[in-house]
This record gives sequence, C-alpha cells and structure tokens, in this order.
Amino acid sequence: MSQTKIKREPISDRRKFILNMARGAGLATMGGFIWSAYVDEVTASSLLLRPPGAINESDFLKTCIKCGLCVLACPYNTLLLAKAGDNKPLGTPYFVPRDMPCYMCPTIPCVPVCPTGALDEKSVTKNEKLDINIADMGIAVVDQSNCIAFWGIQCDACYRACPLLGVAITIEYSKNERTGKHAFMKPVVQSESCTGCGMCERACVTEKAAIFVLPREVALGKAGDHYIKGWDKNDEKRLENASSKTTTTEISKETAVDSLNDGKGLY
Amino acid sequence: MATLWNNYRYLILRRVTQIGLMLLYFGANAWGWSLLMGNLSSSKILGLIPMSDPFAVLQMFAAGAILSADLLLGVAVAVIFYFIVGGRAFCSWVCPVNIITDSANFLRRKLGIDRAQGFRQPASRNLRYWVLGMSLVISAIMGVAAFEFISPISMVHRGIAFGLGFGWAAMLVIFLFDLFVLKDGWCGHVCPLGGFYSLLGSFSFIRVLHSQEKCTLCMKCKTVCPEHQVLHMIGKESLSVTSGECTNCARCIEVCEDDALGFSIRKLVKK
Repeated sequence: MSQTKIKREPISDRRKFILNMARGAGLATMGGFIWSAYVDEVTASSLLLRPPGAINESDFLKTCIKCGLCVLACPYNTLLLAKAGDNKPLGTPYFVPRDMPCYMCPTIPCVPVCPTGALDEKSVTKNEKLDINIADMGIAVVDQSNCIAFWGIQCDACYRACPLLGVAITIEYSKNERTGKHAFMKPVVQSESCTGCGMCERACVTEKAAIFVLPREVALGKAGDHYIKGWDKNDEKRLENASSKTTTTEISKETAVDSLNDGKGLY
Repeated sequence: MATLWNNYRYLILRRVTQIGLMLLYFGANAWGWSLLMGNLSSSKILGLIPMSDPFAVLQMFAAGAILSADLLLGVAVAVIFYFIVGGRAFCSWVCPVNIITDSANFLRRKLGIDRAQGFRQPASRNLRYWVLGMSLVISAIMGVAAFEFISPISMVHRGIAFGLGFGWAAMLVIFLFDLFVLKDGWCGHVCPLGGFYSLLGSFSFIRVLHSQEKCTLCMKCKTVCPEHQVLHMIGKESLSVTSGECTNCARCIEVCEDDALGFSIRKLVKK
C-alpha cells in the first residue's frame, strides 16, 4: 500500500500565494458579475411614479437613501416604499394613483424632509414659495378607445377631480355625428400643466382606469430641434441646438437627376 | 435573579435597545411618533438631529451622487457616535440582523453543529473587506448604491418600519446560512457594513480589557465570542481588544466567571 501511494510535492509558498490571489480575483469577478446583473435588473423598472420634486430617475436611484422620511411625511399614505417582492427598485418611494393619488398638499410636506436632495425643493419652488402646481410627477394619458366620454356617454369625472380644474384637463366639444343631435365632451390633458397627481385616474369610472398617469419620459415624445414652431419667436431659439447629419446611400451617391436617368437596379 | 442579571445584563440591554429602536421606527410610521423617524439608512432624531448610514453614503458617493449638506451632517453624527462607542457596537447593539444570527449561533452550540462541523472554517473572515471593496466598485460602475439594493439588513429594518414584503425570506436565508453553512457566516464573514464598521472601530474609544492575572483559561469567552480571533490575548497578556472586528457585545464579559474581562476606555497614549 505504502509503495503505491503517490508522493505529492508540497506546494511552494510562492505558488500557493499566486493560486490564492487568482482564486480571490476569480471569486470577486464571478460575484461582481452576478451582483451587477442583479442590480441592473432591479433598477430597470421605468413605469414608476415618484413623489413630487423627484430628480430624474437615474439620479434619483443614485441619490435616494431609502429612509422613508417622505413616506412618513405624507398625510394621505399615498407614498409607499418598495418592498422585497414588489418588483420595483427596492426601498425607493413610489405611489399608485388608482389606489391613492397625490392630494397635492400646498405645503408639500414630503419634499423638505428629504435628507439627500433626491426630492429637490428647488424644483417645486416658485417665487421663493413652495408651489405644488409646478410639480412634475408624471402625466395623465387618456385611452380614447375605452374612455366612455369618447363613446359619447356623458362623463366628466376626471375633469371634475383634477386639482387644476379646467387647466390640466380641458373638455373639448364636438358634434356626435352618430346621433346627429348630441355632443362629445372629450377630456384632453394639457401636458404643460398636468402634474401627474393621479386624482383623475383615481376618479375614473371605468373598471380599469381609462385615464392614467405615466412618467413623462415614458408618455411624451420628443420632436427634436429640427422641428420649430415658426410662429413662435421663442421656439426658434432651439434651432441653435439642431445638428445636421448627411447620410449616403447607394442611390444618393450621385445627384438625383443622374441616378434617375441611370436606372441602375431597375433593369 | 441576581445571577440572571449578572450573566445576561448586557445581552438583555442589547435586545432592549435593538427591539426598542425598531419599535420607535415602527411607531413613527404606524402611529406618528416623532422620537425616531426613518430607518437605519437615515433617520431624524426628535425631528432635529440627522443620522445617516456612512457606508450607504460612501456607496452613493462612489455612484456619483451629489451629497447634500444634511446628509453629510448625518454621516458626521453617526461616525462620531460610533467612533466613541466602538464601530461595530452598531452590529451588536442596533442592527436587527444580529438577533437572527445570534439565534442561529445559539442553536449551533445547543445542537452541537459546531462540533460536527469541526473548527475548520471554509471561508476567511477577510471576505467582508472584499465584499466592501466590491460594493464600492460596483456602485461606481452601475451608478447606484450597489449594496443598498441587495442588503438584507436594510430589507429587515426598512421592512419593520414600512412593510416587510418578502423580506422575511432574506431573514430566513441568513438564519439558515449561519446555522448550517458557516458559523458566524453573515455577520462575521460576509457583511460589508460590518466590515466598514470594523475599519471605523479600529480607532474607537470603548474597548474590552483583559487582565491576564485573573484569567483561569476556561476559554468560555472564546466559545461565545462571534469574532473569537479578536480575543487572541486571552490568558497570555493583559491587553485591551484593539481589533475593530470586536462588536462590543460584551458576551465575553458576561460569561467570564473570573472577572478577567471588562469594558474600558482605550488608552490614547501608548506606553
């Protein structure tokens, strides 16, 4: 037995050190990738409504320390902290307007208590006074195919519920051609005034709300700096930011006339 | 009763502070108390004094967040406080996860799992400093406070104050890990917050002092200590426990029948 036993050379200290270092680095890399992938996944939720005054989402995720002081300050229990299992960025504050909208307190108690500046007091301050009406939590969107006002049934629940009555949601009248004698009274969201408080979503009478609040980055498009309201002097300033880019394709290599006369690719 | 107090006085006090603090946080959300608001990530004491988790803020800094003056003030309060009472006093006197890991440790001793597993530990206690470093690197790369998004500690203390959700699963995982996988696994090996407070505690004032002449080498202190490597001087030298990894939990002081261990103020000038 003792003769067949393989004698092992003891590992030298240097070799041991190098192996241990490699092991540590390998483990750290493995753990690091799993960790990063997880963090990337859990911070990816974009359909989240933040408290008033919240800075933009990527900075918010950096800056919010998840202490819940805004949640404590909210008198309506509107704000919630994301729990494990909510599938939202863990521990960050959000609200679900259909359950409990933001009641737009004039004193905005949730914002000044924020210790980190993730809720920025300046963004809801006008003329050195807090002004909830300039808050920017999201924007209401109307689903025109399921809003009963668009069917011609009279309903102005969202219009009446809006804290900026007649400003953030206006009613557009048009003739109901189907009956020939009635009017449509369609709610229209004015995007520059809507704060995204969600009172309309809460008030909506349909089974699943036909008017609902989405984050502005999600719901709004962007015209870009090429398209200018020519009738608006202030809007023309944006033209300065416009950049131009020329693309070259197979056809546009030559002039338009040449490439038409050439007829390449046609025959 | 007297022996109960003598043998468990610090343990009782620790549980009272741990549970009491959680109750204050819970009360702030449930009943509008204002003595202590927020959670262990950041709080307001009496609606006035801020206190913030310095490790969370360090990650935020690594992630590139702009740090507000309020936050830095809160960090200063916390750092000065733990600088005085011993960095990892946070771990044994405040952190609610300590109750979970202490229970696992207690069960390990009672069930004899320690003896079955032998004393060879498969992981290094320095792992926590690697995790600490990694959390800062990942914070910098991903642009968010990386540990805060996975921290079971935050899940527990935030969960107690604001609703637990699946946080109980995190508690169970830690309990089972400490019970069956690795002795003192979470608090003594992995937790980067503990690692952070270990570094902070290397300089703190209140320390455990050992008097070698009274020691009878019963080694009860080493059995009960969750960071037994810090007690290297037992029976050898009269020294204070200078390692920051000591949590100032005082279990060693309680189990010592020879009065060979006690709290002291660190000597600022070395002889």
